[in-house]
Amino acid sequence: MLEIKNLSASIQDKPILDGLSLCVHAGEVAAIMGPNGSGKSTLAYVIAGKPDYEVKSGEIFLDGENLLELEPNERALKGVFLAFQYPTEIPGVGAMTFLKAALNAQRRARGESDLTTPDFMRRVREAAHALKVDQEMLRRPLNVGFSGGEKKRFEVLQMALLAPRVGVLDETDSGLDIDALRIVAAGVNALRDANRAFLVITHYQRLLDHIKPDVVHVMSKGRIVATGGPELALELERNGYRDYAEEVV
Amino acid sequence: MAAVQETVDRVRSIDVDAYKYGFVSPIESDLAPKGLSEDTVRFISEKKGEPEWLLEWRLEAFRRWRTMEEPTWARVTYPPIDYQAIYYFAAPKSGPAPKSLDEIDPELLRTYAKLGIPLIEQEILAGVERPRVAVDAVFDSVSIATTFKAELAKAGVIFCSFSEAVRNHPELVRRYLGTVVPATDNFYATLNSAVFSDGSFVYVPPGVRCPMELSTYFRINERNTGQFERTLIIADKGAYVSYLEGCTAPKRDENQLHAAVVELITLDDAEIKYSTVQNWYPGDSQGRGGIYNFVTKRGDCRGARSKISWTQVETGSAITWKYPSCILRGEASRGEFYSIAISNGHQQVDSGTKMIHLGRNTTSRIISKGVAAGKSQNTYRGQVSAHRLATGTRNFTNCDSLLIGHECGAHTVPYIEAKNSSAVIEHEATTSKVSEEQMFYCLQRGLSAEEATALIVNGFVRDVLQQLPMEFAVEAQKLISISLEGSVG
Repeated sequence: MLEIKNLSASIQDKPILDGLSLCVHAGEVAAIMGPNGSGKSTLAYVIAGKPDYEVKSGEIFLDGENLLELEPNERALKGVFLAFQYPTEIPGVGAMTFLKAALNAQRRARGESDLTTPDFMRRVREAAHALKVDQEMLRRPLNVGFSGGEKKRFEVLQMALLAPRVGVLDETDSGLDIDALRIVAAGVNALRDANRAFLVITHYQRLLDHIKPDVVHVMSKGRIVATGGPELALELERNGYRDYAEEVV
Repeated sequence: MAAVQETVDRVRSIDVDAYKYGFVSPIESDLAPKGLSEDTVRFISEKKGEPEWLLEWRLEAFRRWRTMEEPTWARVTYPPIDYQAIYYFAAPKSGPAPKSLDEIDPELLRTYAKLGIPLIEQEILAGVERPRVAVDAVFDSVSIATTFKAELAKAGVIFCSFSEAVRNHPELVRRYLGTVVPATDNFYATLNSAVFSDGSFVYVPPGVRCPMELSTYFRINERNTGQFERTLIIADKGAYVSYLEGCTAPKRDENQLHAAVVELITLDDAEIKYSTVQNWYPGDSQGRGGIYNFVTKRGDCRGARSKISWTQVETGSAITWKYPSCILRGEASRGEFYSIAISNGHQQVDSGTKMIHLGRNTTSRIISKGVAAGKSQNTYRGQVSAHRLATGTRNFTNCDSLLIGHECGAHTVPYIEAKNSSAVIEHEATTSKVSEEQMFYCLQRGLSAEEATALIVNGFVRDVLQQLPMEFAVEAQKLISISLEGSVG
């Protein structure tokens, strides 16, 4: 479903991704692990199309379509969702207003009509309840004054409402205490579906205790250097990334 | 029956107006000669059948104006204006009027469509030469206006054109005209005093809360009065009125120079809330054409505990030179200024306010949001001063600027002057850019670049939008999105 071929990318002329190839199938949860600076977040941004990154070579196909030829919002409309590691604050724009704008933009792109307000409210309430996001938080400006945990829960709330083809979670566990981690993981698990794929980027094994991956990829110096089952994550937890870091030197 | 007679008269006067637009041969004697002299001033005053005192007042202004120089301190540039090349009364069109909407700039039509303006109104706004349509439409608005006037009359509120006020309420006009913006005030205001065409007059008697929001939309006689408009609003003791000026629809106008004057007066415990949406033609994508808006707006809180509040949404005009101000004379009076100034393309905005604290325990609040996009320049210029005797003065100023793109500029020029030690004057200012992070975040959720910009900007100006009357706010929000179109790559 998501196929990345020989992807190289740099930021400000500094090469980060170096011929990365990766395949994620529908219904699969793939974990991407790796040491700091291995290019995990860059991979997430390049898939989503962040303008700061320059793609030097390679292709990213989603359902056979090359994402690299699409604008960031077009990619979103094709079903790419990025749960940000550091969600951006937008002062003055209510979280609800933002949700509605995003949801309706995606519905219009599919040729559907805008949601009525009661219908929208019902959907938000349901999703918010599952993620223990309270109504007061939804009335605040987007991400302004949200705690780290609130920001991450709101990212997953957006993902639940937008129902993407592929969800890319960029270190969603960072800054979460164990209770928040459970809530967020339960939210992601509820979205697992035979037609949907997840790319779960994380530094630590602990998130994978709650979101069980089907495949684990290890990244180092801008490439995938090892691929295995869930046991690979446990091995990394014991031995660290040293072995893999050295392998590609 | 009075209403019927009024309607008939109105339509007749419209037909006369229509001659000026040239679809029947123009009556030469109705045109003042090009250029400005004492004769022009006399001509205007005579055509309007004004009393001697008003003619004298105009002439004095004119003599004064001849000794004045055009101000150059604002951060705006434009080629020199030849004041002798302007028609000061019943200006004929510079070219033939369009015969149908097919001849109108499609950009303008697209904007009308987005604002949801009915076709007939589009034709009127665009100045299409179709007397029947115009007359029908005026029939409509005459009947609306008549009902509206009856309501107001019941409450004792006077709301009419300035010329009518001179005829029917000369004592009120004479008592208040020029007492807030003197005829000698500044180059443009003095010019206006000499040659003003028409405008609005409002008087709200003591203790009356005006039963509805007054809007220039309901004021007939609107055509061709825009250039040198004169507005005078008086709220007598304990009165309240909310006045809406302007229209979200961009109006086609042959006159490039606009120099209006607005004077507001509140007596004890009175309040005036004055809201403006200004969306005049900003010029084309190359910066050609467009209105020069050099307007003087000032309110005088003459009475104790009175209040004047200015709210403005400025998106139009090639050049805006505008500082709606408050003179806080009455004890414990209050002035407010809420502004959204959006500039795009080649627009230049130099706008802000003055809060002149003269009375004791006077308070003022300034919230200004400037948004600059394209190649535009957007300046906030504000003055807060506390007089020696104005003890207990309090002011809070917050002016934020938002930049979109890297070819525009935002500038903040505050002047603060406190002549007594008890004054508390706070000034906050920020300048920020629509960050790439914010844009990317919105795009990643599926919003287009334009939707994202509109969302972020509407968030930025929200505090001020909330000050507008509800229906105006909704329109203003739409207008903001439209005026920022094309500002993002």
